[in-house]
Amino acid sequence: MNHLPQAWGRPRDDIYGAYNHAHLAPSHPTTHTQSPIVTGTSVIALKFRGGVVIAADNLASYGSLALHRREAAEKFNDKAVLGFGGDVSDMQYLDRYLNALAIRENYSSGSGAGEKASSTSTDASEEERAESLDNEGAGTGMAANNLHKYLQKLLYRRRSDFNPLWNHILIAGLSSPPPNAPDASPQPFLKSVDLLGTAFGAPSLATGFGAHLAQPILRRVVPDEEAVKKIDEATAVEAIRECMKVLWYRDARSLDRYSLAVVTKEGVRLSEDERVEGQSWEFAEGIRGYGTQVV
Amino acid sequence: MAAIFTGAPPNSGPGYSFTQTPAPTSASEPRQHAFYPYTDNGGSTLGISSSTFTILAGDTRSTSGYNINTRYAPKLFHIDSADPSSRLVLSVVGFAADGEALAERLDTVVKMYRYQHGKTISVGAAAQRLSHVLYGKRFFPYYVHAILGGLDEEGKGALYSYDPVGSYEREQCRAAGAAASLIMPFLDNQVNYKNQYMAGSGVGHELQQRDPRPLERKEVEELVRDAFTSAVERHIEVGDGLQMMVITKEGVEEVYRELKKD
Repeated sequence: MNHLPQAWGRPRDDIYGAYNHAHLAPSHPTTHTQSPIVTGTSVIALKFRGGVVIAADNLASYGSLALHRREAAEKFNDKAVLGFGGDVSDMQYLDRYLNALAIRENYSSGSGAGEKASSTSTDASEEERAESLDNEGAGTGMAANNLHKYLQKLLYRRRSDFNPLWNHILIAGLSSPPPNAPDASPQPFLKSVDLLGTAFGAPSLATGFGAHLAQPILRRVVPDEEAVKKIDEATAVEAIRECMKVLWYRDARSLDRYSLAVVTKEGVRLSEDERVEGQSWEFAEGIRGYGTQVV
Repeated sequence: MAAIFTGAPPNSGPGYSFTQTPAPTSASEPRQHAFYPYTDNGGSTLGISSSTFTILAGDTRSTSGYNINTRYAPKLFHIDSADPSSRLVLSVVGFAADGEALAERLDTVVKMYRYQHGKTISVGAAAQRLSHVLYGKRFFPYYVHAILGGLDEEGKGALYSYDPVGSYEREQCRAAGAAASLIMPFLDNQVNYKNQYMAGSGVGHELQQRDPRPLERKEVEELVRDAFTSAVERHIEVGDGLQMMVITKEGVEEVYRELKKD
């Protein structure tokens, strides 16, 4: 007996040897993401009257190595598109996760695409049916604001577990009408969520390098929500293309091929092979300094 | 848990069944700390209570570093707004994701109280509960400075301010966040009349402090506006918009006003 009650009734170290804690620990360390590995660069998006346009380039980088092409924007359903910046493997994990969610949502929402597919053609192939389950979030499916809330909760939980998903995501689309006005027309929706679960919305948003290079240009187009009502789709798309060009000029981790999606009440138009057009590198001629020229 | 016992006995002597410090296992050694789960989203909040009302205010800018995330991210949350007799407003400043999580938890707590007891929670009870919610995460805190406003049982304005781990106090006025050090001295002087003395009351120890009085709503709104327009001039993380919530016995009234966007 000694004076340490917390040691009473336990096997004595001098007889049995100290307890080997390694027996309790797993043989390998638990590994959490501590830094992103293969990354995508900026995502930019802009609201306009009746919709949202979003773009991100198709490059996956491994540090300064241009590694391979990637999918940068994901269609969730007819009302929502996601643009991913940050770690590509975490993006692909989220993509799979959200596809499963979209299918579950469409089964449970009743008036979803399952009925639609079976009513239009009774002998629709399995593949067609699966396709429509993924993509037709008709009627009661999750709108962009619902999806954003879901992702915010998911990323905040993961950061609270010290196991973050290393992404900065823009969610663009149409919001569901508020409960007190169920017949209101859907409004353009644009919000972001990052690896810490920080969420915010604005008339224009940009992640990564785009926050420095593209956001000032976009804010000149739509300084506030009033300005959103005054610009049309063509103007918004043109502004986004211009920003993608600026990013291609100046972001060393960017590519001249990008994905661009427009969400309106007609649905989602996603094009995954856009090019930066009308480049002019003449501005580079006038640059002096940085070591190469003497004068 | 073992790390909590501090009066650690010597490890060498015989008979001790376990060492007081966690044994370094192969599992815990290569742990790195590259991921930091907090960030500062800037901004400032303030609250002033008077005899019949409480005003809470906060700017709507959200920042990360030198970037402005958005010009409209509210820091004020009307708690249990579904209940028409609710007179609770929470303001949070610091790490915005924690702030929103805290507001949602308090909202749930206040709703559950109403469902279980069939009455609206008193501001004192809500204030103590919020303290417990914050302290419950003492070892992984909500990185926010919260201010809770409402009306007490006598109908007087009530204002409670918190530190991130739940220490709280009822006060007449409080500024929090990035520009707290700019706004709080102004409030001390203009609300609690600190360093104001009665004219002609004497010199040295004879000087009499001017007695604080309950302020009128118009006066308080002007103080709030002045505090924020001044803070915007001197602090880069404050600006864009001023969201104010005025809590009276009639209800919670929201006022929005532009601030400089530079």
